Amino acid sequence: MGENSTLVNVVGLEKRFPVSAGVFGRLRGHIHAVDEISFEIPSGRSLGLVGESGCGKTTTGKLLARLLDPTDGHIYLNDEELGKIDLAEIRGQELKTFRRRVQIIFQDPYESLNPRRTIYDTVEEPLRVQGIGGMAEREARVVKLLELVGLTPASSFLFRFPHELSGGQRQRVAIARALVVNPVFVIADEPTSMLDVSIRIGVMQLMTELAERLNVSYLYITHDLAVARYMCQEIAVMYLGKIVEQGETEEMIRHPQHPYTRALFSAVPVPNPRRNRIAIEIKGGVPTPIDPPQRCRFYDRCLSGDDFCLNNDHPPLDDKGAGHRVACYKV
Amino acid sequence: MKDKNILSVQNLTMHYRTRKGDVSAVDDVSFDLARGQSLGLVGESGCGKTSIAFSLLRLLPENAQLLSGNVYLDGCDVLALDEKEVRKIRWRGISMVFQAAMNALDPVYRVGDQIIEALQTHFRGLSEAEARERVRELFPLVGLDPGLMDRYPHEFSGGMRQRAIIAMALSCEPRVIIADEPTTALDVIVQDRILGELRAIQQKMDMSMIYITHDIAVIAEVSDRIGVMYAGRMAELASAVDVFEKPLHPYTHALMNAFPSIEGEKQELKALPGEPPDLLSPPSGCRFHPRCSRTIEKCMGLQPPFEEMGAGHFVACWNPLEVGNG
Ligand SMILES: Nc1ncnc2c1ncn2[C@@H]1O[C@H](COP(=O)(O)OP(=O)(O)OP(=O)(O)O)[C@@H](O)[C@H]1O
Ligand SMILES: Nc1ncnc2c1ncn2[C@@H]1O[C@H](COP(=O)(O)OP(=O)(O)OP(=O)(O)O)[C@@H](O)[C@H]1O
Ligand code: SF4
Ligand code: SF4
Ligand SMILES: [Mg+2]
Ligand SMILES: [Mg+2]
Repeated sequence: MGENSTLVNVVGLEKRFPVSAGVFGRLRGHIHAVDEISFEIPSGRSLGLVGESGCGKTTTGKLLARLLDPTDGHIYLNDEELGKIDLAEIRGQELKTFRRRVQIIFQDPYESLNPRRTIYDTVEEPLRVQGIGGMAEREARVVKLLELVGLTPASSFLFRFPHELSGGQRQRVAIARALVVNPVFVIADEPTSMLDVSIRIGVMQLMTELAERLNVSYLYITHDLAVARYMCQEIAVMYLGKIVEQGETEEMIRHPQHPYTRALFSAVPVPNPRRNRIAIEIKGGVPTPIDPPQRCRFYDRCLSGDDFCLNNDHPPLDDKGAGHRVACYKV
Repeated sequence: MKDKNILSVQNLTMHYRTRKGDVSAVDDVSFDLARGQSLGLVGESGCGKTSIAFSLLRLLPENAQLLSGNVYLDGCDVLALDEKEVRKIRWRGISMVFQAAMNALDPVYRVGDQIIEALQTHFRGLSEAEARERVRELFPLVGLDPGLMDRYPHEFSGGMRQRAIIAMALSCEPRVIIADEPTTALDVIVQDRILGELRAIQQKMDMSMIYITHDIAVIAEVSDRIGVMYAGRMAELASAVDVFEKPLHPYTHALMNAFPSIEGEKQELKALPGEPPDLLSPPSGCRFHPRCSRTIEKCMGLQPPFEEMGAGHFVACWNPLEVGNG
């Protein structure tokens, strides 16, 4: 497979959750958590997914890991081992292989680690389930991974339980667990949010190195744009279930174009106690996408919106040159 | 006259017992928190930040041992209180937004009802309607639509749950609020708004705050003073401006110079050399010595005292950087 062949191809992906009122209530409508999004991830590359809290990032990640079934749309994976597959159609042995080739690191390490399992059991489990290596080999691999994520010496941690670790230490266990089976695609949901810079750099370097050496690709979900800058060749910005802007990372950081992206980038805190950063304002609070009107999803909060935006459908994600795509009528 | 400090922590030392020995998580830590002030606590993952917070609230797990030290909240010796008295100061005296906030909500109750219940427990005589009204006011402050009150936690995204917890911690108007990585799951716009609101509420209510994070950019924006921890000890404590502009401790200096940023050109990132310390057998003398660029003979054998080097500028180092060398 060539360097830049497409590993993941997402086409018109959609996920809706029903919302009801009251305990036995009637159906009130649907939350459009993921609303017809399409993107590709070439093998060995990383796509950063950023955006407002509640805009559908985790839902997208879970769909890609096949932990949720889409309401509509397709996800194709083109993997050396599995061949070209449609996620919706895999079963049995293929699904087991998929569970090894594609890993997800969950947003919350307090929720995702089994409290009754030692760190050793937690990281070794995927190897055991997949029948990889003998006992000694598995142990060596677990130790190696723990040290790679900065849990040193590994012997201090192997037989502890999750509650005996700090938040960032748990997060690293989750990363080690995902990487231990040599996946080809990793969905990382805020994997380093609790790590200090130094350890975070180490983990980021580890992940980047795997990408280069073993052609691993990442969907890297994060709120930290600075981290996305270092981890991802491309960034996609989501707003209320839609991708509103996508492009090459440095280009996005230098020339954000969508009004939401501009506000987002201006809100990044700066490490200088004297500096008064000026954030670009947007109107109103975070809306919930229950059956949103068909116009631009950002209209209610946009300071550049006009009647044209009000009376037309949500704008298409158009290429504005060099692969920089923006969904806005005014750009 | 009231003491200007609402909280005073003196020589706090705490270990966790494990099968492999004692984890020295907090070692001889001292700091004061003035009324209305906000103190940022930064440091590597695993250096003891959450452990300090848990000690202040007396919420330690069974294997934890408070070996020495005093904690005074408004003159009251917190470590000497019995369990019943401690319960009274939690929430209204000190309230905390936990690092694991996202799953601190009970999955079987509606989010709004959980906050209402907390309010009614702590404010006797508050009717349900009044409590509900209070939650209606609090939700927008943390960027949540009040209409979400009647939903269940699993219907919230990670960040929405975290915001609900922040609203809950603020609801009882505590004198000190401890926020442990409260915004890590939030997008920067919401984070920006919550930090702004926290600051405003804090000033309006003359509330003090301990803000725990590894994100020094966030720390720069919310703190009056900053405490930098390394391996269970306080390495440096000073005004935010001094910590950024005149760091004296080599670890602080390294920390300030190694963050990814979206400003300017993309720089090569340098991780701190060496490995994170093993708190089961921490390095002798200064715990930072195996990774320090300024180590001298003395550092390996003797623990540097935590001393005031300039006005309000405390540091524990035998060979500190020169002032202005930051
Ligand atoms: N099981 C569910 N039932 C109903 N609604 C849900 C469910 N899971 C998610 N949602 C809703 O779908 C939307 C998207 O949620 P998602 O968890 O994907 O957001 P996110 O982008 O990951 O946010 P965050 O950054 O806060 O984690 C939110 O409005 C959320 O309330
Ligand atoms: N219950 C426990 N038993 C044994 N060791 C523990 C326990 N809880 C924490 N530790 C250890 O104590 C040290 C301090 O942990 P703490 O949670 O205070 O770190 P932290 O500074 O909050 O880190 P983070 O930023 O990663 O959350 C860590 O090395 C951790 O492994
Ligand atoms: S299409 Fe109109 S409303 Fe939507 S983001 Fe662009 S300017 Fe704003
Ligand atoms: S005491 Fe010595 S080893 Fe420790 S920080 Fe200072 S110079 Fe470095
Ligand atoms: Mg999420
Ligand atoms: Mg912590």
